[in-house]
Amino acid sequence: MVQPRQGVIRQIPKKKRKQAWNMKRNWPLHVLVMPAVLLAIIFNYIPLGGIIMAFQDYKPWFGFSGSEWVGFDHFRRIFEFSEGRQVIWNTLIISSFKIVFQLIIPIMFALLLNEVRVMAFKRSIQTLVYLPHFLSWVILGGILLDLLSVDGGLVNQMITSLGFQPIFFLGDGDWFRVTVITSDVWKDFGFSAIIFLAALAGINPSLYEAAIVDGANRLQQVLYITLPGLLPITIVVATLALGNILNAGFDQIFNLYNPLVYDKGDIIDTYVYRQGLLGGNFSYATAVGVFKSIIAFILIVTGYRLAYKYANYRIF
Amino acid sequence: MHHRSRTYRIFSIFNTFFLLMLGVLCILPLIHILAVSFSASAPANANLVRFLPIDFTFAAWEQTLGNDNFVRALWNGVYRTVLGTIISLTTITLAAYALSKEDHEFKGRKLYVYALVFIMLFNGGLIPTYILVQNLGLLNTIWALVLPGAVNVFNLILLLNFFRTGVPKSLEEAALIDGAGHFRILFKIYLPISLPALVTVGLFTMVGQWNSWFDGLIYLTDASKFPLSTFLQTIIVQNDFSQLNVNPDEVRALSERTVRSAQIFIGALPIILVYPFLQKYFVKGIVLGSVKE
Repeated sequence: MVQPRQGVIRQIPKKKRKQAWNMKRNWPLHVLVMPAVLLAIIFNYIPLGGIIMAFQDYKPWFGFSGSEWVGFDHFRRIFEFSEGRQVIWNTLIISSFKIVFQLIIPIMFALLLNEVRVMAFKRSIQTLVYLPHFLSWVILGGILLDLLSVDGGLVNQMITSLGFQPIFFLGDGDWFRVTVITSDVWKDFGFSAIIFLAALAGINPSLYEAAIVDGANRLQQVLYITLPGLLPITIVVATLALGNILNAGFDQIFNLYNPLVYDKGDIIDTYVYRQGLLGGNFSYATAVGVFKSIIAFILIVTGYRLAYKYANYRIF
Repeated sequence: MHHRSRTYRIFSIFNTFFLLMLGVLCILPLIHILAVSFSASAPANANLVRFLPIDFTFAAWEQTLGNDNFVRALWNGVYRTVLGTIISLTTITLAAYALSKEDHEFKGRKLYVYALVFIMLFNGGLIPTYILVQNLGLLNTIWALVLPGAVNVFNLILLLNFFRTGVPKSLEEAALIDGAGHFRILFKIYLPISLPALVTVGLFTMVGQWNSWFDGLIYLTDASKFPLSTFLQTIIVQNDFSQLNVNPDEVRALSERTVRSAQIFIGALPIILVYPFLQKYFVKGIVLGSVKE
């Protein structure tokens, strides 16, 4: 027979007792997070150690311990190479345009959709515009290569039938940028609009009623009620997007580009891939990656701070 | 509620038309690809096909689905998607349950949260991760595809917020008083109540796994192990047949425009099939799970 233990527990000070109870009841919680934490440690934290190769002249057959230390040489090379500077510039250009259009167009779309009173029509449109978001850039890349080809792609057929010269969308640097930005907006504007549509639904209807009583027309209502009502969420989306400014879209560019447009279309991530895994310049590619990560980290943390400060946003 | 002025009525008509055009524009490219895949090769190669098939035929589809390399890649893709979704969804569901507790209930919660959010913001990058996978001996195995990305912190946060807002606290307390432990509470209360949320995150994970192609490209050296997305990337986008051991006739068949279109459409098909289910849930899910007052 096991002795009743109540008497023993009563002698333990109250605070300790509570802690012991907490541990006893909550050890399963530690077990439950463990798989996620272990996977994170192995696949995310251990590679952080590999960052030291950015300060070495890493040779795979010598490993981390046998490779020569070179300090900040690789980081200096990023800015000394005209290629490195160009890649950073391309990244900034492409992603700035993406951020701006991916903010303006979804807001405009949400405003227009919000004017639709027939629910069935509204839902159908939503169903159609969300779809491309879920297709991968491999699929869309395949489709765009076909649609945009110079000899007889559907888009160029239309352009020539209007009497213009065919456009080399994926073979001319400037057009490549336009194509990348446009197709990105095309893929995601519907999906990006979700958050604005939710915000629109949350605006207090009595504000509109008051405005109508005051004689405001539909446009005035949009200008003085709807747009100010969208401001907080717009700030959140903009600040968070800013943290991603060095991500110009690896998947997309990788699946659309070719050597003809490297000068204007190569971004940091595609450059790291070509220099590192294809070119074997492990240390230099890692240094470029680290440079990008540090800037991105600072931007994201600042972005979240600002979003929290100005729009009271927090992730959890 | 709103004005029925003449200008507004004109605007409404114009607006409806414009939105309809936008909606159609989003699926037109897919319709074009579908039309090409069902057309005979001659009109397809002559660029005559727009949005309806010309000389309707299943030839390209038969050719595609009769190709061993393609079918193998298709199965690899399905296998990877199923395995990856199970691993990822299990891992993040368990973690999201624990992390949805309050700080005072779960000592150490904050530390775990920061550790997991950190990986969303900072990583070792392409090369160190590749070297790790290589050192673990995972190159050329399916584990290199399903393990590194299993902890999707974004999905974890979505689920965590669902657990917080969707499960009544009183239900949990009642179970606690009845002597239920955390495992029982998770399986008997949280999971049944949160089924819509789990379906949402599960579908997101599935879509992500199905669409993943880059990891296959770098971690798999044996092309016969490529999942469909990676296969399509090399065949259609890179136009590279060198990794597949195929004879010239097969190359010609696989690079035919109608066959290419069928391949692309089959690659998109699972997404199109799960999309109606996905759409039912995700709007509410994203808004609920991402913005907290």
